[in-house]
Amino acid sequence: MLRSYPPQIVLEAVLNGLLTGAVYALVALGLTLVYGVLHIINFAHGAMLTLAMFAVLMVHLGFGLDPYLAIAPLAALFFLFGYGLQRFVISPASRNDDGAILLVTLGLSIVIENALLAVFRSDTRSLTLDYSFSIVDLGFALLSLPRVIGFGVAILVAGALWAILALTDTGKAIRAVAKEKLGAALVGIDVNHVYAVTFGLGAATIAIAACLLMPSFYVNPRAGNAFVLVAFTVVVLGGMGSIPGALVGGLIIGVVESLCGLYLGDSLGQIGIFLIFILVLLLRPTGLFGARA
Amino acid sequence: MAEALLAIDGLTAGYGQTEILRGISMTVEPGEIVAVLGSNGVGKTTLNKVISGVCGATAGRIVFAGQDITNMAPERIVAAGLIHVPEGRKIFPNMTVRENLELGSYRRAKASRATNLEKVFETFPRLMERTRQAAGTLSGGEQQMLAIGRGLMAEPRLLILDEPSLGLSPLLVEEMFGLVRRINADGLAVMLVEQNVVQSLEVASRAFILENGVFALQGNATDLAASDDLRRAYLGM
Repeated sequence: MLRSYPPQIVLEAVLNGLLTGAVYALVALGLTLVYGVLHIINFAHGAMLTLAMFAVLMVHLGFGLDPYLAIAPLAALFFLFGYGLQRFVISPASRNDDGAILLVTLGLSIVIENALLAVFRSDTRSLTLDYSFSIVDLGFALLSLPRVIGFGVAILVAGALWAILALTDTGKAIRAVAKEKLGAALVGIDVNHVYAVTFGLGAATIAIAACLLMPSFYVNPRAGNAFVLVAFTVVVLGGMGSIPGALVGGLIIGVVESLCGLYLGDSLGQIGIFLIFILVLLLRPTGLFGARA
Repeated sequence: MAEALLAIDGLTAGYGQTEILRGISMTVEPGEIVAVLGSNGVGKTTLNKVISGVCGATAGRIVFAGQDITNMAPERIVAAGLIHVPEGRKIFPNMTVRENLELGSYRRAKASRATNLEKVFETFPRLMERTRQAAGTLSGGEQQMLAIGRGLMAEPRLLILDEPSLGLSPLLVEEMFGLVRRINADGLAVMLVEQNVVQSLEVASRAFILENGVFALQGNATDLAASDDLRRAYLGM
């Protein structure tokens, strides 16, 4: 059943998998960060990604802003959006009950998705840019330019996020709150502020992911969900709450999807992802980089 | 007598319908060690949490250094210089010893972080050998030192120590009480909240005995140590 391909084609599939995987990793970063600190799964993650993708579309159609130039303003905007969402909607509505937070984020996703449906209808749209179909020729492989850029920026963002968490006082406060809330409050860390900053950082990574996706992808009011489903697998594979885990997990998942697509056909490409998901849950529930509970 | 550093008046607090503190009044003067003693479950930890703002007060007033801090946000109370080293240490296990100490000056005394770090390492040389080690891998005694060191990083005006001797070996308990004396020798006021009655009364100048949410006894530490009531209730004599 398996055909054998020349090594060059397999190599190209692996490279393409890495490129896609980096964007998966970026979407997963936001999810794992919020989980690691607030200990909740943000069910609105997918809807927020869709919202960000529409935002990229709108700033391009409205102001002629290139998606890559929109990275900084949209990341800042979504940081504020995420901060406000946690501070003024999710936290007061859920009264810090974990079960309630879950339902509030689920409710938010329904609200966002239907608002987008009301405004944009269910049509699928995409951007046409001069470089959408540009190719990078490595000599041994041909790669799509927007996806190469996406890979580079995603790795940079993961590095920047790691640096923030490891080196700044705010980042240290985030890590402190993640493991020891009372201890954090008693050294003077405003825990609610840190929660909101974390949620804001998660939203900002989503906005960046949307900017990287739009030059080569399409958007409709449900477009974000496909990525977040994969991102969940990435988070489980890498270890819940682990930043390096999200990055490595994303790259692995990207390659697995690409190779499965090559050998089993495009329509079955994602089957490998879910096989990994089940295997990880069975054999190593803490994931690659996860700490034991 | 100078104005009290900490003055608590008629404080009540609880969780839901359950009242834990039922009218607490006490003072801590600048530079003194005050012991709050009592067995498990009488409200000692609740009292600390209400003072440091992580639990709400239902009635009464807490005044610290002339400022009403009743039901103030914890970070503002830290900023005012009232530092609470909690029961069970509550250090950040995933972070290094150095990062734990650095976070001690997150809200207060950030400018003098480097000098205070040196001072803490002078007081706790064992922590200096472990600066890059994850705090969760320290021994119980070292974790207690780290928690106190983290508190000292904020240049406290009043340090509340909640059960610092809990879970330590007798030798380390001795060391811990010596340490309390030493940090107080520089003029730092300490509120020592303990189950260990005998040793606490040795280091404290005054003491309050908490029973079921009210102070059953209070006074001069040496008088209390000699009091028949206390000896009967806590020392079984």
